[in-house]
Amino acid sequence: MAEGKLIFEMRGISKSFGATHALRDVKLPIRTHEVHAIMGENGAGKSTLMKILSGVYTPDAGEILLDGKPVKIANPAQARELGINLIYQELSVAPHMTVAQNVFMGSEPRGALGLVDERAMNRRTAEMLANLGARFGPTQLAKNLSIAEQQQVEICRALIHRGRILIMDEPTAALSDRETEQLFRIIEQLRDDGIAILYISHRMAEVDRLATRVTVLRDGGYVGELTHEQLDPKRVVAMMVGRELGDFYAHERRAARGPERLRVDAVAGGKVRPASFSLYAGEVTGLAGLVGAGRTELARLIFGADPKMGGSVSLDGRAIDVRQPGDAIALGIGYVPEDRKSLGLFLQLSALANMSMNVLGRHSRGGVMNERQLFRLTSDAIKKLNVKIRGPEGIVGGLSGGNQQKVLLARWLEIAPKVLILDEPTRGVDVGAKSEIYKIIHALADAGVAVLCISSELPELIGICDRVMVMREGQITGEVSGDAITQENIMVLATNAAVAAA
Amino acid sequence: MSTLTLGPSERPTRPTPASIIRQMGMLPVLVVLYLGMYALTVYVAGASGSNFLTLNNTMNILRQVSINLVLASGMTFVILTAGIDLSVGSILAVSAVFGMLVSLTSFAALSIPVFLLAGLACGLLNGVLIAFAGLNPFVVTLGTMTALRGAAYLFAGGTSILNEKIPSFEWMGNGDFLAVPWLIWLAVGVVAVSWFILRKTVLGMHIYAVGGNPQAARLTGIKVGVVLTFVYAISGLFSGLAGAMSASRLYGANGNWGTGYELDAIAAVVLGGTSLSGGVGAIGGTVVGALIIGVMNNGLTILGLSSFWQYVAKGVVIVLAVMLDKWRQKQQAN
Repeated sequence: MAEGKLIFEMRGISKSFGATHALRDVKLPIRTHEVHAIMGENGAGKSTLMKILSGVYTPDAGEILLDGKPVKIANPAQARELGINLIYQELSVAPHMTVAQNVFMGSEPRGALGLVDERAMNRRTAEMLANLGARFGPTQLAKNLSIAEQQQVEICRALIHRGRILIMDEPTAALSDRETEQLFRIIEQLRDDGIAILYISHRMAEVDRLATRVTVLRDGGYVGELTHEQLDPKRVVAMMVGRELGDFYAHERRAARGPERLRVDAVAGGKVRPASFSLYAGEVTGLAGLVGAGRTELARLIFGADPKMGGSVSLDGRAIDVRQPGDAIALGIGYVPEDRKSLGLFLQLSALANMSMNVLGRHSRGGVMNERQLFRLTSDAIKKLNVKIRGPEGIVGGLSGGNQQKVLLARWLEIAPKVLILDEPTRGVDVGAKSEIYKIIHALADAGVAVLCISSELPELIGICDRVMVMREGQITGEVSGDAITQENIMVLATNAAVAAA
Repeated sequence: MSTLTLGPSERPTRPTPASIIRQMGMLPVLVVLYLGMYALTVYVAGASGSNFLTLNNTMNILRQVSINLVLASGMTFVILTAGIDLSVGSILAVSAVFGMLVSLTSFAALSIPVFLLAGLACGLLNGVLIAFAGLNPFVVTLGTMTALRGAAYLFAGGTSILNEKIPSFEWMGNGDFLAVPWLIWLAVGVVAVSWFILRKTVLGMHIYAVGGNPQAARLTGIKVGVVLTFVYAISGLFSGLAGAMSASRLYGANGNWGTGYELDAIAAVVLGGTSLSGGVGAIGGTVVGALIIGVMNNGLTILGLSSFWQYVAKGVVIVLAVMLDKWRQKQQAN
């Protein structure tokens, strides 16, 4: 591998928002032919640093050197001119435009009369797509592409600007394993072509696979830099959280479970084929399966979010009729949805509003809220769950993923649920918050709640569940418990029939 | 080699001037506008000649603002749910015509309930179409705006309905209480009720929730349809009250009343900092917004500007004020 040449350097970067120091004296050297990973918990300042580098924010202090000369990056256009391209976590392709139009958006090649030279655009896009090994053409509409393919479009867009530095913010968050592997190959190819890549991720395995160098941030401060040889998961985690995490999952499977809480009998609807299972008090049950297997759909049927086509549900031995979410909540069944931003939180509203939304009726008289009670309940929850927010009046939108997830959990804990369904409870959540969320889940189970946890991360299910059910193509194909909870057993149940049927 | 440096973990929190400015919202704009108008009237008429600051003129401004403020209060509810109600002006006309027709019959004493119920019924129609038929608010209220305008003309028989004897509601537009016109008291009452509902009740919280994220609202068990129906119903009810206020003030009603009022109401809400995308805003802002429009109208009239120029000036101020607000919010965020 070619030796990396230092092309870009950030030194002593600081940035405050109001009273919050988002970054303090952070340094970051960027070399060609390297993948430089930035790690840190949510809220550690990674995104702020990247936004400074890409011109979205200007730093309060510190200097940025390009090829040894100080530069000012005042806006994103300028960053782009300097060869810095950022691929956001949330992709920004225009769905109704073609791939080529997306790639050349804002820098369309001009032909005769200043009109857009469509042919050149398509040709150059096709060349680049071929280089990346993409399996779609330049004239396809972006909306017909998968997330992974849209990401490739964004990479093309960065390359067209002769990018020297490519920043990727959690690019694999929404990708399948196969797509992830493909992306990694692209990243390695770009790296070998001499592009400096900054890679932000929570996932140790990815960083271990890709990174030449790792910089760790914590609470807006620079903690340290490790080369690939020095990379050791335990060490990195310790640097990120500032303490030893102990055993990450820290959980012994419960030997005994309580009485049956929720009994689901032949419930069907949408893509879910008749499903029957039970949840028990004091047990954490996992629900595994490939993306699209119908796990979320099943949860939504039980919760009353979608109409059931048949089947029955009983709670503590009594038949219940849940037709809408309100019915489920009244009975003590909670559902923490998968996509907290679009389905869970009220981002413009305060922590108080977000946490107490389910129990407003209980803390009001004649429809008038008891504000003091709600305030107290919210501050208690903030303390108990260790949410980093300035108080009950703090707006939820600005919080990090982990803290937002805790706010959402708090809302559901307020109803004192008998059954709690968690859909991907730790997606986009950093290690520290993850382990806190696991602790909350176990505490709930220990208090007699029947917990159903949907997750696509097998190590997570294996680590926290007493029993794991597996779904495939809308059907529950089996369950494993005890020592039989292994990655292999789950994957067999999640994929087997598909192979056999083919 | 790796270096381990511990960053300071203390994060001081202190009250910032920014938070105070944020509380004030568009109030500074109103104050500057008010003083500016005063300076202009003094410049034009001389210090002794300007009656802009007099108690009399202040009452005038408030009275002129009152009807728009009542409509804008209802509009605030609607816009907080990311909706829009274009039909408020037409509802005002329909209920004014209905109420005046009733005032000519032997049931004249029931005029006020008729004004209000007519408005409420129109609002409920909007609400049901939007909440339960799932139609787009802009389209539904564009439809009812047009249809109800036609209905108002039809019920009024194409002319004005006049009645000089309206004992049951004459006080609304012409009476005083504690030396302050009832029109103003009614507007204050509507604002107070709106503030109470939005800030103090569960329903108010649900309105913000539905506006902020309807999907999430549904998953927390909020009956989104009921909340939406309520906001359009209350907007209709307030429009009916505004209809009563205008009818009383002018001892009559006409099919073309309230034409264009929806735009002033929307302008007041937006000037007040309520987001058209829902979930953000407050009734206090709407009051300031309505006053900005009122001060503009009054001041420009005193200055003797033609009504054509007044439209131009008003439009410019609305856009400038919202630009200023956006800039201010950006400063706070950064």
